Amino acid sequence: MHAESEIRLPLILGNKSYRQITDDIIAPIEGKAARGWYTLLTLCGLSFLWGIGCLAYTIGVGIGAWGSNNGVDWAWDITNFVWWIGIGHAGTLISAVLLLFRQKWRMAINRSAEAMTIFAVCCAAIFVLLHTGRPWLDYMLFPLPNQFGSLWPNFNSPLLWDVFAVSTYATVSIVFWYIGLIPDFGMIRDRVIKPWQKKMYGTLSFGWGGGARHWSRFEEVSLVLAGLSTPLVFSVHSIVSFDFATSVVPGWHTTIFPPYFVSGAVFSGFAMVLTLMLVVRKIYKLEAYLTIKHIEYMNIVIIVTGSIVGVAYLTELFVAWYSGVEWEQYAFLNRATGPLAWSYWAMMTCNVFSPQLFWVKKWRTSITFTFVISIVINIGMWFERFVIIVPTLCRTYLPSTWNTYTPSFIDIGIFVGTIGMFGTLFLLFSRYFPVIAQAELKTILKSSGEQQKKDAAHHAHH
Amino acid sequence: MGSAVAKTKHIIHGVFNDEVPLLEACKKLRASGIRIKDVFSPMPIHGIDGVIGVPRTRIAICAFIYGITGTSLATLMMWYMMISDWPNDIGGKPNWAYYLNVPAFIPITFESTVFCAAHGMALTYFLRCWLVPGAKAKNPDPRTTDDKFLILLELTDEQAKKAEEILKSNGAEEVNHKGSYIVPAAYTLEEAH
Repeated sequence: MHAESEIRLPLILGNKSYRQITDDIIAPIEGKAARGWYTLLTLCGLSFLWGIGCLAYTIGVGIGAWGSNNGVDWAWDITNFVWWIGIGHAGTLISAVLLLFRQKWRMAINRSAEAMTIFAVCCAAIFVLLHTGRPWLDYMLFPLPNQFGSLWPNFNSPLLWDVFAVSTYATVSIVFWYIGLIPDFGMIRDRVIKPWQKKMYGTLSFGWGGGARHWSRFEEVSLVLAGLSTPLVFSVHSIVSFDFATSVVPGWHTTIFPPYFVSGAVFSGFAMVLTLMLVVRKIYKLEAYLTIKHIEYMNIVIIVTGSIVGVAYLTELFVAWYSGVEWEQYAFLNRATGPLAWSYWAMMTCNVFSPQLFWVKKWRTSITFTFVISIVINIGMWFERFVIIVPTLCRTYLPSTWNTYTPSFIDIGIFVGTIGMFGTLFLLFSRYFPVIAQAELKTILKSSGEQQKKDAAHHAHH
Repeated sequence: MGSAVAKTKHIIHGVFNDEVPLLEACKKLRASGIRIKDVFSPMPIHGIDGVIGVPRTRIAICAFIYGITGTSLATLMMWYMMISDWPNDIGGKPNWAYYLNVPAFIPITFESTVFCAAHGMALTYFLRCWLVPGAKAKNPDPRTTDDKFLILLELTDEQAKKAEEILKSNGAEEVNHKGSYIVPAAYTLEEAH
């Protein structure tokens, strides 16, 4: 058995057995839902319905219903798209990159982080599909032979790269997530008693048996998918940043964008994982599996990526000054002192200042403090995308085209709706799916369980 | 050459509480020449493949082949659409030759490689393990997805006795006989050697 250092804190608290892990993970599925769950589901469901209404209105009358105008032709739509896609990235980072680095603490959070990825990508998709103006013609994004002659989409365009990147990312994430879910569905199928549950989980488990050959293939597939997803996740947000960086708009045309966007994505994604996990931990009593140590690890990732984001903001300012290009300089001056300066300073406070508070150990191990900061970061990262897009487009090259921007009622409604949809999907997931990858967790019980570590230490001293 | 005769095979389940004694029992069974049909466990057991003789899976090789297929398909598609079928001059950047435009084609080539490798491999995995919606549960005992570890054996009379002893002396919690079946003479030739 692989022994682990005594000073490393346990990842599974208490004296758990394989059976208890099963019991704890299946508890939300077998038991009755908490009242908090119903309250949250109602709230999210209503916001979702509100969003559907605004979405239908947009399809009915066109995107004139939005606040976007002639100069500011990208506004809340692309802000929300980039925000949601960025949130999604933490899921893949946790499940793929941390798997390649053999970080055992990922096992408590990877399942829900991947679920978050998929739901966030769904929300992001709504915005890109709608912002084309005529969503019923969205199939034209794909290189399909069509009736207009041999006219193909432009493969030199980052917008088309985005179509391929996001659709690959979405489908590969779903497959990766589902392959991991199969053994856990198998466990649920063998445990539940109600006939409809047996049937449902039987179908979902695809007949999983857990034979040695199947496990061997399972592990190989997980490893290769992690290896493929790692460059994929970096490529997706790099390509999203190319949407801006390859244009000639001052403030967008910068080579720093890909790494800056990727670290920002990881930063916002980890914040969202923390927001969700702290709620899940409380509602489903998973304190033994999502320990303070897990929260601390995630907060450390937040410090690192938050600092990268901070450095990127300052580098942008420096390069704009150093370039000597007036338009470039004005773009940044406008962001920091123009009519929408409040959004710039909101972004700076939330993203640069707040994560630095986690240097204090007492704060980064406090659940309440972490929860508050995670929400602050979510807000800050939304403002980052808003600042990049809206103030920039309000003041481009020609002062005669200068414009201002206010979101419409419909803009806000669709955004609130995606938050509701995300919440609804996540709540349903946490109630009916195994929220922790229990099969994987069982592999680390002997090396990282609290009691098991104590026993090992006890044996070692004799 | 032994003569071919019909043989009775007994299905035996050796159930364990923990993977450590199970691995020990597997080693002993193999050492006494007993073939292990399969081992069912709630999670992957490290090091079991070598012990029970599971060959290394070649699924990663499949992924590589699917991946390069994706690379080729994307290259062919973009060459055909952008260079051959309808070359355009977009923003002063003409599409006269593939090699001149290749930097712009890298992202989609990469995405397509990942797309084909990931989905090809996933599909191969599902089909190879026959994990499909509606497939019957493959574990012979439902407790093996929870906290039990099971060695599945299909053995002749003499072997069954020996195996039972080994299982019991190595900490098997239960040794269950799950019936027997007859292997017709035509299929026992190989084993008669």
